[in-house]
Amino acid sequence: MRLNLGDTIVAIATPVGSGGIGIVRISGDDSVKILSKIFKSVNDNKKVEKIKSHTINYGYIYDGDKLVDEVLVSVMKAPKTYTKEDVVEINCHGGIRAVNKVLETVIKNGGRLADRGEFTKRGFLNGRIDLSQAEGIIDIINAKTDLGHNRAIKILEGSLSNAIKEYREEILLMIANIEVSIDYPEHELEHENNLETEKKTKVLIKKMEKLISNFDKGKIIREGISTVILGKPNVGKSSLLNNLVGEDKAIVTDIKGTTRDAIVEYINIKDIPLKIIDTAGIRNTEDIIERKGVEKSKEYAKEAELCFVVIDISEKLEDEDKEVLKIVKGKKVIVLLNKIDLGKKVEVKEIEKYVDKEDIIEISAKKDIGLEKLFERLEEKFFDGDIDGDEEIYISNRHKQCLVKAKMSLETVIESVNMGMEEDLLVIDLKDSYDSLLEITGENLGDNIIDKIFSEFCLGK
Amino acid sequence: MSYIADDVDVIVVGAGHAGCEAGLASARIGANTIMFTMNLDSVALMPCNPNVGGSSKGHLVKEIDALGGEMGKNTDKTFIQSRMLNTGKGPAVYSLRVQVDKVAYTIEMKKTIENTENLILKQDEVTNLIIEDKKIVGVQTVSGAIYKSKSVVLATGTYLNAKCLHGSTVINSGPNGLAMSIKLSESLDDIGVKKYRFKTGSPARVDGRTIDYSKMDRQDGDEKIVPFSFENENIKLECEQVPCYLTYTNEETHKIINDNLSRSPMYSGEIKGVATRYCPSIEDKIVRFKGKDRHQVFVEPEGLNTNEMYIQGMSSSLPEEVQIQMYRTMKGLENCRFTRTAYAIEYDCIDSTALKLTLEFKEVDGLYSAGQFNGSSGYEEAAAQGLIAGINACNKALGKESIIVDRSEGYIGVLIDDLVTKGTEEPYRMMTSRAEYRLLLRQDNADIRLSEKGYKVGLISESRYNRLLEKIKNVEEEKERLKTVTVPPSEKLNNLLEKVGSTKINTGIKLNDLIKRPEVNYEMLEEFDFNRLPLKESEKEQVNIQIKYEGYISRQLKQVGQFKKLESKKLEENFDYDQVENLRVEAKQKLNKIKPENIGRASRITGVSPADISVLLIFLEKARQEKSKKTDA
Repeated sequence: MRLNLGDTIVAIATPVGSGGIGIVRISGDDSVKILSKIFKSVNDNKKVEKIKSHTINYGYIYDGDKLVDEVLVSVMKAPKTYTKEDVVEINCHGGIRAVNKVLETVIKNGGRLADRGEFTKRGFLNGRIDLSQAEGIIDIINAKTDLGHNRAIKILEGSLSNAIKEYREEILLMIANIEVSIDYPEHELEHENNLETEKKTKVLIKKMEKLISNFDKGKIIREGISTVILGKPNVGKSSLLNNLVGEDKAIVTDIKGTTRDAIVEYINIKDIPLKIIDTAGIRNTEDIIERKGVEKSKEYAKEAELCFVVIDISEKLEDEDKEVLKIVKGKKVIVLLNKIDLGKKVEVKEIEKYVDKEDIIEISAKKDIGLEKLFERLEEKFFDGDIDGDEEIYISNRHKQCLVKAKMSLETVIESVNMGMEEDLLVIDLKDSYDSLLEITGENLGDNIIDKIFSEFCLGK
Repeated sequence: MSYIADDVDVIVVGAGHAGCEAGLASARIGANTIMFTMNLDSVALMPCNPNVGGSSKGHLVKEIDALGGEMGKNTDKTFIQSRMLNTGKGPAVYSLRVQVDKVAYTIEMKKTIENTENLILKQDEVTNLIIEDKKIVGVQTVSGAIYKSKSVVLATGTYLNAKCLHGSTVINSGPNGLAMSIKLSESLDDIGVKKYRFKTGSPARVDGRTIDYSKMDRQDGDEKIVPFSFENENIKLECEQVPCYLTYTNEETHKIINDNLSRSPMYSGEIKGVATRYCPSIEDKIVRFKGKDRHQVFVEPEGLNTNEMYIQGMSSSLPEEVQIQMYRTMKGLENCRFTRTAYAIEYDCIDSTALKLTLEFKEVDGLYSAGQFNGSSGYEEAAAQGLIAGINACNKALGKESIIVDRSEGYIGVLIDDLVTKGTEEPYRMMTSRAEYRLLLRQDNADIRLSEKGYKVGLISESRYNRLLEKIKNVEEEKERLKTVTVPPSEKLNNLLEKVGSTKINTGIKLNDLIKRPEVNYEMLEEFDFNRLPLKESEKEQVNIQIKYEGYISRQLKQVGQFKKLESKKLEENFDYDQVENLRVEAKQKLNKIKPENIGRASRITGVSPADISVLLIFLEKARQEKSKKTDA
């Protein structure tokens, strides 16, 4: 990971899924240059460089020849901007997919996905924002180092991280091969020629493409931890669901369920993607205690990775509640004692017979009490390795962007080989690719190459 | 008895590759300088390999020359074989490597030093540093003589507390049986300098008459000789080149080594120094790379007036009788006789993070150090540091500004920045992979990068500087011109293009674009280009490289822009990082230890993360805003 202070950063400035319009914001020296590569004004003759500062312009974003979205663009030249750098804002109209696509196009053309709080940080460091506004930046950065860093690593445990490690290892070996032939020219080493580098690079590009397309197809982001909300009627399952998918939460997408009649809601809680199966049965009919309902609950519970069991704490514990608790025995469960605002007639001890104490949380879904505790517990469970999602699920947009960049650098390597460039020049893009992969885990390149050289090759006087 | 023997501006302790550059630079700029050496016949001694240059080391020599140092010129005077390596791997990694006549190298360097004004070369052992109020005021020699000075450069190489070993034989001496020095090392303890113990080694020398060269592969020098010194640019250097030879170890060699491993002081625990991975002994290679059934061994002449041959690749600390057995297993060496036995050497060096980028000790004003004493390995690495330490020690004495070469300006910058920012836990060798902007740091443009600095400091003459300015101007003009000249398609041109494997043209094309094709170069288009400026060889080379790799070069220049931004964010020298609340403990400790001059350097310290840097920047900006508010009020 590099220390970047002056490069050009980009991010979606509006919360994802909060409405039809999304703003992609770019800041840095290359903002206008990048825009000029991807924006066509409706007035065909109007060059981006000629656009007046602080005006709004109507036109289209193109990714090469491909139309991405119809947009309004404002160009704001330094220093009268939020960051005191050149800033470009692209208002997209085409929904989440289009906003993401525009973001990607900007990254492809030289932007770097901004870190959390990075626009504010820049504004502050450039003397634009004053002290009071800047409060909290440090918290954000600290969060990133401590919890955030560990989380990144933990998230990466699993197949994605293995894949990325594998790519990194392969790139590193290619670099080391070239470096060693340069640093020890007189030694006979089985160093690779450009064609072999090209071959290996091509294989790697294919692999990356596959991983990226997984994301594009929606598989990765949509496959959250499959979660089911269980409970007898009227305990507040719907309220809970509404609370979880409420406006302030990031709804990733919602599509009509393809299996049975269930509706699937996708949400992100503290960066943990959840696929909540809201059974049609639960919604439409209140017959869960019927035999059929119990059977269905069993079925859902069986398939789910995580179960939320909702119990009305303001009423006495009934057999039906116990029935549900029995169903989820041995599963990963969080029991939510709902309606705490209406009184407490259920003792936690009664539930402890079925699940661990830590997994019992008192809430009020309607009054928004205790939800934070639920999130925290969820996070604990998630990061303790308690809950596992399906393969390759935890690829975030950031991961994807890093992968796209890594892949682009590799494509340049191929281009260079085709142009007949010497091996030293291939290293430049191989390193860039390696760097992009490192960004995913926030590590430093450091002496990796040199270590690799001396662990793989025999040299000396 | 102690007495005051002299009072000068600068004292240089040691006359190896670092010491020579330091002494010469200091005297040439104009400071009264004394150089001390333990033995006047071992000035600029090459106790190990008989060559100069090679990958990245060749770059260092070119840069030393561009700044006005001596190594390149001395090498041009004394080389006996010259090769340009890596020519097919890209312009940035072309590496000049030459064999030199060791004795001639010493004699020529000594002659130059003896004929330099303001410079006295003296045989004596410096035993004490005299420091008052954290400031160096002079040194004391073994006989008690006190030499006062305004600054001192320590360039003692591998002589501090040195110990040579092979098998159970332990000799308390420096390389080549030269006397070592204990007292100076102890005097460093008095000023609280943290020391390391490093280890390196050297192979045996063999009587050339006992080698059968017919059984080995012969390696000759290049026909076209490229000089190291830019002063010899465009001049044809004459040299009767001598060959080197190549042979290999084999299973038998490896068996002898394996059978006797326990007798190596490295494995018995006798050697405590940290060895470098960059030049392992033959036993190390065999242990670490078991799968390899042979290793290359190069046989290189030590000079023209000697039969001694250097056996590169066979450094060892096994007992002498085992060494001779294993050497004799190799083709061509069956009947060889040793003139010198291979050995390992252990020595004291310092933790180089005690130094500033100027190579001055943070804790002792006016005290500088360079070379293997700082934990590096190699003649070229030593010379590069010696030059910078010498310039800065001299400028300190004369009350002038110090100079720094940064990472974007040269390998010298990378070397010194790595040493003083990251430190090193094994002898540090320069490598191209350590330079992040290496496409810009080519050996062909070292003069363009650094000679202005050399001129300003007073080591590059007015006439040489003017020649450089003219070179730059010619290259720029020619590049501009080539952008404007269009050549029409013609049979002749298309024949040429076809011949070199490039695609033919149907319409006119700019010369600039034609040169960008990998198969085409500036030179070959001469007959299609009627208004060429009469350029020198070196200028043509620049035009060609700068046009051909323009895309990559401009990308790296952009990265350098980023780099410079961070380097220009200055940090206070005495800033206490403990006051930055949110900084992690490790970062605080490291920053307090290194005391980086700027944010860029702070970010390169091992253990300081990008997030730490953000925290620091925010703290500093906060402080600035608070301060300006107060002044407003």
